[in-house]
This record gives sequence, C-alpha cells and structure tokens, in this order.
Amino acid sequence: MAGGLQLNISYDLAERIGQHGAETFPHECCGALLGRDSAFEENAGTDGSREVLELVPLVNRRDDSPRNRFAVTAEDVLDAEKAARKHGLDVIGWYHSHPDHPARPSQFDREHAWPWYSYVIVSVMSGKPAEMTSWRLNDDRLAYTQEPIAIRNRAAV
Amino acid sequence: MAVKVIIPTPLRVYAAKKDSAEVSAQTVGEALGGLTTQFAELRKHLFTDDGKLRSFVNVYLNDEDIRYMAKEATPVKDGDVVSIVPSIAGGSAKLDNQAGQG
Repeated sequence: MAGGLQLNISYDLAERIGQHGAETFPHECCGALLGRDSAFEENAGTDGSREVLELVPLVNRRDDSPRNRFAVTAEDVLDAEKAARKHGLDVIGWYHSHPDHPARPSQFDREHAWPWYSYVIVSVMSGKPAEMTSWRLNDDRLAYTQEPIAIRNRAAV
Repeated sequence: MAVKVIIPTPLRVYAAKKDSAEVSAQTVGEALGGLTTQFAELRKHLFTDDGKLRSFVNVYLNDEDIRYMAKEATPVKDGDVVSIVPSIAGGSAKLDNQAGQG
C-alpha cells in the first residue's frame, strides 16, 4: 500500500466514538465508519487518504466476553453497508474501544482483521475516552500500519 | 453455470477495484475458486493456508448463508449471485481473567 495514509474525521464524530466507548464501559463498544476513500473517487488522487462522514453505532455481539472482545455479525455488516449506500458512502472501516487498555491492536485483532478497512481504536480509561488511533492491516496480513488521524472542525462533504 | 460473485469493499483493491466478477462454476466452492483464479491476491484473504474459508468470511448464495445449505458444495445455477460478506471481530490484548475482574 502506498504511503500517505490518513484518516480524516470531524471533531464531532471523533467525540461520538469516544462517548460510545464511555457509555458501554467497561464493555467494548463497536460501530461502522462510513465515508469516502480517495482511491474509489473518480478523477481523485490515490494518496491513501479517506474521510469518515458518518457513524453507525452497533451492538457488541460478544455478550460472553464483552470486556475484551467485540463482534459484528455479517447481518450487521450488511445493514451498515445499506446505511452507507443511503448516504452515497462506503463502509471504510470499524471502530471499537479498549476499556482500561491502550489503543493498540492486539494479536486477536490482527488475526480477525480485513485488509483495506480502517480500524479505529479508542482507549477508555476508568470510563473516560483517552487516546484514539487508526490502523490498517498490511497486504501480507502479518502486521498493521498505523494511519494518522486528522481531526477537523468540520467534515468537508 | 454462469454466476456472479459480489466482492466486498475491503477486497476490491485485490480485484482491479471491481465490485463483482462473473465466473463459471457448478458449486459455490468452484465459484470462489474461479474468483481467486482471476484475482490470485484475493486467496489469502478468503482462505487459510490449508485452504479452508476463514471464519470471518461469510458466503451467501442469493440470500441464504451457505452454512445452512451444503456449504461450499452447494450447487449453483445460471444467474445465481454468490456474495462474500465480512464479519468483524477483535478486542484488546487484556487477558480474559483480568477482563473478568473489571
């Protein structure tokens, strides 16, 4: 994957991800990131940047181990894709929280990750949103590349 | 049989950015095999090293999950649509016994 990865997101949407993590604490929250990727835009550059323009908060389906695991079923994925199409957007990634744990992907995250998607992780320490990071799985599935997050005042729709 | 395979967004970069492909197949397994013959880079994201579908790769024939039919041996007919649908999972590296203490 070419360099120049960047995830653009508005301040409001970034706040909403943190708030979702605070609401579900000490359990993990999860949701879909809807937006646009420059590589799929007509006449757009393929600089690797993408923008989050809407969120779909989802229910964590891992009720057996919700403090350190999250799951989104295929049906939820299809619903998120339907919501994206309604807005003329794509599902460009997923967010989840790490309650009382750093915003770093785990081995479990990597084994279950898809390439291309942005995986946003928000650390929620003692119930308060802390660091937020974004990651993309490398093509060889062996590691992640951290994707810088650029928080903007307004989404450039 | 000519069937259409729907490629999920995260895998389109490995399939010339196409959202679907036409393949000739008798079963769902052959359709997926045909797809990875056209686009070899897709293989490692759909199948494990020993050739099994990855657990978070879901396959639907028209609107039915193939797990509730004959799985990859499910026969296909002309005009069928095979959809590859991701499921998403993950979590923190916090150990299960720590996580249980809250």
